[in-house]
Amino acid sequence: MRGGRRLPLAAAGGLLLLALGAPLARGTEPPRGIPLSELRSGREFVSPETRDQQDDLAVNPGMLWVAQGEKLWHEPAGAGGRACASCHGEPGSLAGVAARYPRYDAALGRVLNLEARIRHCRSERQGADPLAYESQPLLALTALVAYQSRGAPLAVSIDGPARPAFEAGRSLYHERQGQLDLACADCHERFWGRRLRAERISQGHPNGFPAYRLEWQTLGSLHRRLRACFQGVRAEPFAAGSPELVSLELYLAWRAQGLPVETPAVRR
Amino acid sequence: MAATRIVVPPRARKGQVVEIKTIINHPMETGFRHDNVGRPIPRNIITRFTCTYAGEQVFAMDLFTGVAANPFVAFTTVATETGDLVFEWTDQHGAVTREVVRLTVT
Repeated sequence: MRGGRRLPLAAAGGLLLLALGAPLARGTEPPRGIPLSELRSGREFVSPETRDQQDDLAVNPGMLWVAQGEKLWHEPAGAGGRACASCHGEPGSLAGVAARYPRYDAALGRVLNLEARIRHCRSERQGADPLAYESQPLLALTALVAYQSRGAPLAVSIDGPARPAFEAGRSLYHERQGQLDLACADCHERFWGRRLRAERISQGHPNGFPAYRLEWQTLGSLHRRLRACFQGVRAEPFAAGSPELVSLELYLAWRAQGLPVETPAVRR
Repeated sequence: MAATRIVVPPRARKGQVVEIKTIINHPMETGFRHDNVGRPIPRNIITRFTCTYAGEQVFAMDLFTGVAANPFVAFTTVATETGDLVFEWTDQHGAVTREVVRLTVT
């Protein structure tokens, strides 16, 4: 499908480029609400104390989950009695991987986020129970894997088969929702940096998740955070791990392209 | 046994002030909250944290419901001799989480 349509689209994009003189890298690159040069991680919207708590790994409470994840990593599970370490070796072998998620999986024919990938690994490779979304062991393993990419710039692929999910996420991001009739873009693109009651509105980037939120007093997934946003605008939240939230996650990761992975981040 | 993280400098000079950082994984549930169907969530907190250094108590504190989950405690002590730092967190039911870290003094 893509082969046939791509050329004319690219050509049209090229013409548009010439016409507007817009600094687009490629014809198929979607427009960005916030230019790459103005991206600011959620880290910059929290208090200096919270920032210190995130940066000092001895103090960062999220490291408790990373340590727990390391234990689980070496623990055999399921029928084959295999652990994560049996195939992957040390967790460090997955350095940089989390920065490329969510990612299209050709065998499954859909986009998987890190949690879904770990759940798939557990059920298919280990023959164990897939861990429930938002359960402590899944959070711990996700935090461990994402932690291996700490500092790596987000770089997801939205080309080819990942494109439909990306477009779904993009439209969800810009769609007004709930009783407050607000889209994600309304707060996080138009009004970031301004105050919403006592808090400064962030740009809404996913690079710190799973993150330790002081409000939760625990580590939580990006989908938990997104569900809280949906509830905030009084919309019916999608289920954690649902295709809608994975699509949105893919869009958010593309939108935050180049920001470093900060897992486990500390957020309000 | 709850998960803990403890940071102690691996070695110190005699007379040096060393900073010790500890964190323990604990919900510190206040007992004032209710779950999503209105049942009260029972109180579940750590009530006491102590640290001894070479057998002598160098730090102790009582904890109450106002302390956030995963309590982080940092304190200092003077390095006097090579010995074990023994950390003990006691919860309201009397269960103790104990960790030992050796401090080498040169």
